Amino acid sequence: MSNKARTSPIRTGAIHFALIAYTIIALFPVFLTIVNSFKSRNAIFRSPLQLPGPESFSMIGYETVLKQGNFIGYFGNSLTVTVLSIALVLLFGAMAAFALSEYRFKGNTLMGLYLSLGIMIPIRLGTVAILQGMVATGLVNTRTALVLVYTAQGLPLAVFILSEFMRTVSDDLKNAGRIDGLSEYAIFFRLVLPLVRPAMATVAVFTMIPIWNDLWFPLILAPAEATKTVTLGSQIFIGQFVTDWNAVLSALSLAIFPVLVLYMIFSRQLIRGITSGAVK
Amino acid sequence: MGSLSLRNIRKAFGAHEVLKGIDLDVTDGEFVIFVGPSGCGKSTLLRVIAGLEDATTGSIRIDGQEVATVPPAKRGIAMVFQSYALYPHLTVKDNMGLGLKQAGAPREDIERRVTKASSMLSLEPYLARRPAELSGGQRQRVAIGRAIVREPKLFLFDEPLSNLDAALRVQTRLEIAKLHRELKATMIYVTHDQVEAMTLADKIVVLSAGAIEQVGSPMELYNRPANLFVAGFIGSPQMNFIEAARLGDGGARTIGIRPEHIALSRESGEWQGKVIHVEHLGADTIVYMETEKTGLLTVRLFGEHPIAADDVVHATPDRAFLHRFDADGRAMR
Repeated sequence: MSNKARTSPIRTGAIHFALIAYTIIALFPVFLTIVNSFKSRNAIFRSPLQLPGPESFSMIGYETVLKQGNFIGYFGNSLTVTVLSIALVLLFGAMAAFALSEYRFKGNTLMGLYLSLGIMIPIRLGTVAILQGMVATGLVNTRTALVLVYTAQGLPLAVFILSEFMRTVSDDLKNAGRIDGLSEYAIFFRLVLPLVRPAMATVAVFTMIPIWNDLWFPLILAPAEATKTVTLGSQIFIGQFVTDWNAVLSALSLAIFPVLVLYMIFSRQLIRGITSGAVK
Repeated sequence: MGSLSLRNIRKAFGAHEVLKGIDLDVTDGEFVIFVGPSGCGKSTLLRVIAGLEDATTGSIRIDGQEVATVPPAKRGIAMVFQSYALYPHLTVKDNMGLGLKQAGAPREDIERRVTKASSMLSLEPYLARRPAELSGGQRQRVAIGRAIVREPKLFLFDEPLSNLDAALRVQTRLEIAKLHRELKATMIYVTHDQVEAMTLADKIVVLSAGAIEQVGSPMELYNRPANLFVAGFIGSPQMNFIEAARLGDGGARTIGIRPEHIALSRESGEWQGKVIHVEHLGADTIVYMETEKTGLLTVRLFGEHPIAADDVVHATPDRAFLHRFDADGRAMR
């Protein structure tokens, strides 16, 4: 801890104060959601900031959520769609990135630009065409439709980030593999992918959050009971005139956990990737 | 079991020609070093031999067999890289055995060859470790071991010592020289360090701007450089170049004299001048002086000499070691 002596306690204190303040601000809505999900309807409106006490404690929200509709099924749908989309985005994104960063071919730069165009153009602009396509292929009200759309949505950023990272992987290492007789696929999967794992984790997190939270495409492409996602499923509690706040807050609290678990898995990869010994 | 012949190797990246027609023959068991300033194409040439780059035109024969279309793994070569390029997720043992495993060699065979190579390089205590747990010198030994295990026709070294510190560099250099004697294998070695080139090579190939300037043994290059470039590149401190006209030599354009072939005297000599700077290295004393006739002159004296800046001294070149170059920079003999 030799560098600790160089920073003054005031400076460290100020930094910590700023970070703690930010953490409180960021976590406050989450805290509020979870706390209020355990309170009775009256208590939510009378004193929204109070912790659940003996008389205000109520599990009514969770009971409604679990009884009404098929919430376990919604969770399953969300999880399937998110995990499959991430897997496909990472696989195809990494492969495209490897091709772009590793091989010299005509139109390489153009192809890279084309693939990252999607970062600038929101996929929702094409909703009508996507819906028409899904209707034509009979994919409406299937999870496949969502996985396809989310994969397309996640690929541009994945290709962009991963190709930048792959350029930093040592050429010597790949060449050593070639001399030892590894195929290009083996070089990609066994040498390059483990070295860009931190970048893969970053891409996974960036891809995961919007997919999990998306309401637009589930509503349009897969609104059927069997294919509803959590975000869409929670909407039944929000009415034009009456909103069942207990149920909404409970559903949201429950929806936080799967995504939190996924995030923890990826962030551990992130740290492990940084600390594992690389080439030199 | 390891000869190499290159005929008219050319390599262009777009319009930029990196190799401009290389012809070279390497006989079995020779230690050949490619040396030249950075950007001269020496590493590209090595990659072309390895098959990591395709030559634009030209023929590459290893043991008389044309290999221009053969993939790197099937050329019978092994390569040691500057950045070691060990597989980070494999142990030292697996790093060394991977090439054979990919080629489908039987396990006992791999075991035997890895054991032999690791004992040669005293790597036995580290076989179960991963590259991240080794020091730089150990990693480079593993990389060399990985090459030995393949029992290749040709060893290719791409600046293998550049990432090591000075002490380790000397030690590893000795190890490579010893290895060459023991294995009697053909080795091709790329470096920009002329000390490595002079100490290791049977034959040095001096490259500049994608073309071969001269091929010869270290002493041939030192004593009889073919042109100005080689004369200036081989030898440290650099050879002094003096305009021939200033010395009254009509036939040549440039006269070259190595710093170690000039004698200094306080009383009398051919060129009188003033000392600008002196470097005392213990074994050598390097004197930089400005003379009226020659301009800046570097003189290398052996042992210690009590000379200081601003002293007036007289320099006398040893006539037997004068090099004369014509208007095109070629040596005149």
